[in-house]
Amino acid sequence: MSVVTAERPVPQLKRDFEALRKDFPALHQLVHGKPLAYLDNAASSQAPVQVQEAIAEQQRLNHANVHRGVHQLSERSTAAYEGARERVRRFINAASAAEIVFTRGTTESINLVAASFGQRLSTGDEVLITWLEHHSNIVPWQLACERTGARLVVAPIRDDGSLDVAEFDRLLNERTKIVAVAHVSNALGTLNPVAELVAKAHAAGAVVLVDGAQAVPHLRVDVASLDCDFYAFSGHKMFGPTGTGVLYGKRALLETMPPYQGGGDMILTVSFDRTTYNALPYKFEAGTPNITGVVGLGAAVDYLEGIDFAALAAHEHSLLHHATERVLADVPGVRLIGTAPRKASVLSFVVDGIHPHDLGTIVDSEGVAIRTGHHCAMPVMERFGVAATARASFALYNNRDDVDRLVAGLKKAVEIFRG
Amino acid sequence: MDELKELYRQVILDHNRNPRNFGELADATRVVSGVNPLCGDKMTLYVKLAEDKIDDIRFKGTGCAISVASSSLMTERVKGAPVAVALRLFDQVHELLTAAHDREPPADLDKLAALGGVREYPSRVKCASLGWHALKSAITAEGETRVTTE
Repeated sequence: MSVVTAERPVPQLKRDFEALRKDFPALHQLVHGKPLAYLDNAASSQAPVQVQEAIAEQQRLNHANVHRGVHQLSERSTAAYEGARERVRRFINAASAAEIVFTRGTTESINLVAASFGQRLSTGDEVLITWLEHHSNIVPWQLACERTGARLVVAPIRDDGSLDVAEFDRLLNERTKIVAVAHVSNALGTLNPVAELVAKAHAAGAVVLVDGAQAVPHLRVDVASLDCDFYAFSGHKMFGPTGTGVLYGKRALLETMPPYQGGGDMILTVSFDRTTYNALPYKFEAGTPNITGVVGLGAAVDYLEGIDFAALAAHEHSLLHHATERVLADVPGVRLIGTAPRKASVLSFVVDGIHPHDLGTIVDSEGVAIRTGHHCAMPVMERFGVAATARASFALYNNRDDVDRLVAGLKKAVEIFRG
Repeated sequence: MDELKELYRQVILDHNRNPRNFGELADATRVVSGVNPLCGDKMTLYVKLAEDKIDDIRFKGTGCAISVASSSLMTERVKGAPVAVALRLFDQVHELLTAAHDREPPADLDKLAALGGVREYPSRVKCASLGWHALKSAITAEGETRVTTE
């Protein structure tokens, strides 16, 4: 027998994804005279009207600089900005708002860690990444290694696009100081066993940065249970605005890291002899931040907090399954790139004799938006022996009709090219 | 659909399927590699210049139908042509790819006029111009051996 007590009513989480489509104005338009099927969510997702309104409201009535004014608008802006920080903290289950640093996006978050924490690297040290990383989780580490004499080590992936964990284990050693790994691959959709990798890295004495750009809009991220040291993600891939991002970092690490950029808001006192830095997280937020954007990001978090993530995972999995089956059955000469058993929301493929760019243009003429190219993951392309792929990526508002229209567009491309 | 048909005309599809002058040229006097950073497409152009004339020309690489067909049509057209003629063609094709809709494309382009459909697709202009930029580089610059569409 159990007794349930609730001090306040638990809000009903949304799981009717067809009904949620009404929140996204961009979905309800014609492109080339056809209804839009937006399947480029891994590049950038559409924002719901709730986010658009929060941004407009901030601009219309509340705009002022944060953290310094004593006047009403500055106080309102500060409350909105810091309110968003608290929402993000709760959303990813960080221990303290001091651990939430706002950035321009995932790329800047990773660069911050590589530039600041990376100063601890020296000759003989190693940074371990994986073969499926986005360029944003490769190049900052290459730069850090060039500066410090450390070595970049890359754990390979298998033919299905999953990480070769045995090789990862073998490459992880006492010289490894930083492990940087994607939670979900943007090019392949592979879901990495992050918690397991974190535990192993910690046992070897390394800190772990997780690139969560592709994970946050699809699965419940809990930085406490992952136990990662850093977690980076972007606002615009989780229904928020561009130019916003988050770096979560464990307080004990952030405390000991040097500032990333110098400027306003990150200092306590400045004299020409000596500058003392502000407390966390402000030490890492130099200059007037993207206040409006962060308010929009806060609204995007609110929106996601209203979603039943278990139902969302089932919805997206069912779309991915439907898309995989239909593309394989109906598009002659198709080859899937990335078939890991654990995948999220990405269908990457090539079609024999038709370049992905041509596929992209032809399905666009049918109103279907997909991404074509190397997806800022050139090593992944090389690994699979292709210059580029076509990629359909799903979000909560997509439906089976979007998938069927993609397949119809691909069939049209085959018709045009094979006559 | 009409715009799409304009883009993927039969001559484009044919040159994509069976690119002319495809491969390496052992006795090339100029070799230029071109990349389109947008999509990662790469091509290498081999030109054998003799007395201000394009004696022979070949290309290889990977690319979309527009880029392969454009390079193929280009090699077919400029093979044996004086450098000055090739340079004038470069300008005409550039005009064809980017001219405003209400302007008549340059005349006397013959088969190259098939590239005109690209005008309706700004994101594909770079695909069509990659080979041409490589050509210009090969027949003008002495040391330049690498071009990009950026």
